[in-house]
Amino acid sequence: MISTVYAVLFYVATLMMVVGTGMKVLKYARTSAPLKIPVSPAPRTKRGVWFRMAREVVLFESLFKSNKWIWLFAYLFHFGMLLVLLRHFRYFQMEIWWWVELVQPFGKYASFAMLAGLIGLLIRRIFQQRIRYISAPSDYLMLALLLLIAVSGTMMTFVSKVDIISVKAFMLGLLRFRIETMPVEPVLLIHLGSVALLMIIFPISKLMHAPGLFFSPSRTQVDNAREFRHLSAWAAQLPDLPEGIPAPEEKK
Amino acid sequence: MAPLDNNEPRKIGDPLKIPQIECGAMADTNTFAAAPEHNEPLGFPGELLENWKEVAIAKIGELADKNRAFRVYLDTCVKCGACTDKCHYFLGTGDPKNMPVARQDLLRSVYRRYYTFAGKYFPWLVGARDLTKEVLDEWYTYYHQCSQCRRCSVACPYGIDTAEISMAAREVLDSVGMGQKYCNEIIAKLKKTGNNLGMNPKALRATLEDLEEDLEDETGIAVKIPLDVKGADILLITPSADFFAEPHIDGLLGYAKVFHAAGVSWTISSYASEAANFGMFIGSYENMREVSWRIRQAAKDLGVKRIVFGECGHAWRVGYSFLNTLAGPFDFLDQNYPIPQHIMEFTSDAIDDGLLKIDKSRNDEFVMTFHDSCNVARGSAMGRQEGGQFDLPRKVLKAVCNHYHDMERDTIRENTFCCGGGGGLLTDDLMDLRIKGAKPRMNALQQVTEDHGVTHMAAICAICKTQFSKVMPKFGYEMDNIMSVHQLVANAVILDGQEDEADQAKAEETP
Repeated sequence: MISTVYAVLFYVATLMMVVGTGMKVLKYARTSAPLKIPVSPAPRTKRGVWFRMAREVVLFESLFKSNKWIWLFAYLFHFGMLLVLLRHFRYFQMEIWWWVELVQPFGKYASFAMLAGLIGLLIRRIFQQRIRYISAPSDYLMLALLLLIAVSGTMMTFVSKVDIISVKAFMLGLLRFRIETMPVEPVLLIHLGSVALLMIIFPISKLMHAPGLFFSPSRTQVDNAREFRHLSAWAAQLPDLPEGIPAPEEKK
Repeated sequence: MAPLDNNEPRKIGDPLKIPQIECGAMADTNTFAAAPEHNEPLGFPGELLENWKEVAIAKIGELADKNRAFRVYLDTCVKCGACTDKCHYFLGTGDPKNMPVARQDLLRSVYRRYYTFAGKYFPWLVGARDLTKEVLDEWYTYYHQCSQCRRCSVACPYGIDTAEISMAAREVLDSVGMGQKYCNEIIAKLKKTGNNLGMNPKALRATLEDLEEDLEDETGIAVKIPLDVKGADILLITPSADFFAEPHIDGLLGYAKVFHAAGVSWTISSYASEAANFGMFIGSYENMREVSWRIRQAAKDLGVKRIVFGECGHAWRVGYSFLNTLAGPFDFLDQNYPIPQHIMEFTSDAIDDGLLKIDKSRNDEFVMTFHDSCNVARGSAMGRQEGGQFDLPRKVLKAVCNHYHDMERDTIRENTFCCGGGGGLLTDDLMDLRIKGAKPRMNALQQVTEDHGVTHMAAICAICKTQFSKVMPKFGYEMDNIMSVHQLVANAVILDGQEDEADQAKAEETP
């Protein structure tokens, strides 16, 4: 029974995340940028923009320059999570890829980096006056949800181990549209349930910052307005303005 | 600087010091509202519409569909807080609604309520709220406490630019008839006369002739400031403040000397006698396009080959980043030069080509620093190298002055502070805000005054110059401690055939 509920939950969550995020991204892509607004100094070539974006994605360059504490916690969290996610690949494949094996020990301990980052961000949000001022309930709940995922996951790795073979069988089953029996362990149910919830709210929450970054005109535009005329589709439809100066008597 | 009362070291504020939050500190600071005669020529309703709520909500949706930046920026903020200490108005006032993210949230909360799933069904969870008259008034208050300087956008991990949100908010306000007097009156004036001052061609010609006389008195040479000369090579587009305000005029005399020394033919246009484009401040693409279009008309009508912009910050953002979009393509101009070009690029090239004879010692009484104007620093570029907008003005300054020191690194270049009067806030009804907003810049200046004996600050923006000449006296400086970069160029350049002062003195001595 629980296996069926979780199976349905995961199908729904995956569908919501993929379709929802896809629709949002499509909307971003189709919305025109009427003006050239790269925050300068900005790269003057496409290649330069790739490099700028790579630095933003890999190093969080702007954040590093603007706030070292937020950068530290955000970096611990995001790259901890990245390693943890990569490690999770093993639960979805029969033959485990070599690099997934390689990442396994790092991914296990990266959960602590993830936890440290999340706790740091939460403490800042609660105790730093300015950040508390701008926080809505959802901002705390988002951190709480991520903490729930991270704590339950870390517990399963280091404290109360679950029957991971059955979990993997369940996941592999899902990929083949078969519902296998999953172990009924509270910590596992919490972990998987909160992950599914995160996937469901992804497209309707601030988690959209991940794809959103790639559509931010101030970062992704090339600084070449003088060389190439940038014109959005709707602006091109505006009525023509007169060429030449109206005669002086009209001016008066 | 004002003399010290005692021998204690001056207590200079840290320009980056973060204040304690003080809720509502600036809630009562409001700029004058536009009258119907200011709104209507811009295509906006004269006064507040009866169905303002529906119109405003629809406008937000329209903007989200027409402007990717607006939509993405409203969606992607994670409230990390990195921008919270970056706004000069927050640093100067402590009002939390002047923190960039909080300023964005004033509008984001309404966008969420009407346009997002979470805001429609769980408004309390995501801080979404209904649009009410109080909210609208709050927008009017706080979106007119943003100078659209983009310092927050540099700090944001996603590049979220509060300027874009603030421009959009002003457009929403305009669309329901809640325009700001200062900006809308000026745009209406420009549409009538070609400049923000409302100066007609006759008055402009008389002013320029006076300036030519001054130049001839000073140099003994007939340096021209041509107006409406057909067939000139260069059309100079410069802020109209350059025709009447100090120290702007001295900058204009500097351009005239540089053009004269470089031996190029140039002209000002009475039809497009304004570089400033306040259409940008109110976020109106259509108005900005109409104002920009005059430059195209003038260039075509006069048959010029090049367009050069004078010292004006937001005008250069519009010129550099938007002009080609709004009024292009400029296929009728000489393609061997950037279109448009900044006077700083022109002067820099003239220096490199050895066209200017310079006596740096003529500026020896000044110990200079340079204030990067926000729109030039973060919304435009100059020259061929990335960062030319920082390097070229400094290069020109150092070529004409012996004494130059930069202010603290976190307050210059891409991190520069707004002067406190940009973005359509350079109006007397916002003087309190302007003084508070200038504080970070003034503190950074006081530091170099103490450390290096800096006496004067140069800028390349008409708004910066006017703002500083007003607020510097509040911080212990004189109003003429702000200078135009081309004022210093004008001081140092010696024109061919011009007797220099030493010769003149000798000539006077001999009977």
